[in-house]
Amino acid sequence: MTMTGNTTAPAAETVLRPPALPHPWTGTRVVGYALVGLWLALFIGLAIYLYNSWRIDLFETYAPKYWSGLQTTLILVAISSLLGALVSIPIAIAGLSKNRFWHAISTGYVYFFRGTPLLAQTFLIYYGLGSLRPQMQELGLWFFFRDAWNCAILAFTLNTAAYQAEILRGAIKSVSIGQWEGAAALGLPTRVTFWKVILPQALIVALRPYGNELILLLKGSAIVAIITIYDLMGETRRAYARTFDFQTYLWAAVIYFVMVELIRNLWNWIERRLTRHLVR
Amino acid sequence: MRIMKRFALAASAAAIVLTMGAAAGAQEPLKLTIASEGAYPPFNTLTPDGKLEGFDIDIAKALCDEMKAECTFVAQDWDGAIPALQAGKFDAFIASMSITDERKKQVAFSDKYYNTPPAIAAPKDTDIKGVTKEDLAGKTIGVQGSTTHANYSEKTYTDSTIKSYPTADEYRLDLVNGRLDAVNDDSVTLTEWLKTPDGACCKIVGLITPVEAIHGPGAGVAIRKERPELVAKFNEAIKAIRANGTYKKINDKYFDFDAYGSEN
Repeated sequence: MTMTGNTTAPAAETVLRPPALPHPWTGTRVVGYALVGLWLALFIGLAIYLYNSWRIDLFETYAPKYWSGLQTTLILVAISSLLGALVSIPIAIAGLSKNRFWHAISTGYVYFFRGTPLLAQTFLIYYGLGSLRPQMQELGLWFFFRDAWNCAILAFTLNTAAYQAEILRGAIKSVSIGQWEGAAALGLPTRVTFWKVILPQALIVALRPYGNELILLLKGSAIVAIITIYDLMGETRRAYARTFDFQTYLWAAVIYFVMVELIRNLWNWIERRLTRHLVR
Repeated sequence: MRIMKRFALAASAAAIVLTMGAAAGAQEPLKLTIASEGAYPPFNTLTPDGKLEGFDIDIAKALCDEMKAECTFVAQDWDGAIPALQAGKFDAFIASMSITDERKKQVAFSDKYYNTPPAIAAPKDTDIKGVTKEDLAGKTIGVQGSTTHANYSEKTYTDSTIKSYPTADEYRLDLVNGRLDAVNDDSVTLTEWLKTPDGACCKIVGLITPVEAIHGPGAGVAIRKERPELVAKFNEAIKAIRANGTYKKINDKYFDFDAYGSEN
């Protein structure tokens, strides 16, 4: 008797809210969970494998080599992406130019370097130009091309400049024409309009693609070992050739992965800072 | 090691299927897939239309005939050869691979089917007098990566700069254009190359006395460890073609000396 008295809940507590959305176990959802489970299993398997196959002797022998390879990779990517950014500016400006000649030069450059593999470009610059040694010596260029490092920087700079020019060109074009018109209405000179009005807005658009390009270049740099530079991948191959142990490649993959994650997080941070004024 | 193998198998379903297929097919006439590199003349090269040929390939074909096996040939990049063999992409790797202790931990080898000494080659006007560490001090030496010659150079010529290349073709380019002062490779492959127009730049400076611990007893057929019966078959076949004159016929097609080296 007393029980029934207690069960009468106060009606005021029922809050009006939309009914819960149906969330059935559809085929897609099952597949989704299965795939995520598979990835998790692979990831855990990888971690367990790396833990079990840990060998202190291998670490002691090869860790300094990986470190020197990593430094080579980082320096190579840093120098060539910065030089590439510099080279990309005139190419992007030429690409935006109404002058047919400049436009054609820019388009041709971008066509060539985007249309051919980085591997082929590196190979051509190192071995291809290397076979023209007598001519190069006459021109006094051999001192530069003799060195594999210079060839690598040159190939990577030219390649990334083509991509960066396209990123920059697209970003500048993405800024609405109204911004130009508004600036003109205020009487701002074209130069000031470009640097102070258009470019800051364009660079926000370009930020993500720049991050992508940096990541692609970082991973693309793994081919540089074919021209005898011991970057991270080169050292990995050397370590593998000595040990025949797959974990050499897994560690390289882990290091590349960490570098890409760092770049991604750095980019998130930069974007948050640069777009503070857009947050509502 | 065991874990690594298990992981490799688990990671590649195709590998499992291939291994099982190979085991099941043991009763029928032996079918073998044999891989070679195709960038190491005169031992193995690719013809312009992509077929493998050379001393290694001729020996492999003779061994197949001897074993009454149906063999198909595939080209395999040098660096990936051992993992690909372990994953069961092919049954045997016949590409002048030296039998070394490091490799024996990973795969099984037949007995040697040839053994030629390593050598140093350099431009004809070189000032390199010999092949000792002192002779090559301060020089830049090119080698093919992941080879016994690369190991030897890195261990021996510690006062020199060692540059490693993916295949022999690339270090040759760099020796011709002067980026390298010398290269270290097998004497036969170097000698053959020196006969070509590109090789006219250079000469053999001297032969290197093989070091058993680095160079091993010679080149053998690499086979998965799980297939000792195949190793035995290859060993018998090598003995047989040495005895019946087939080896000599092939040898004389390429060399004016016996590439087999000393009998042991």
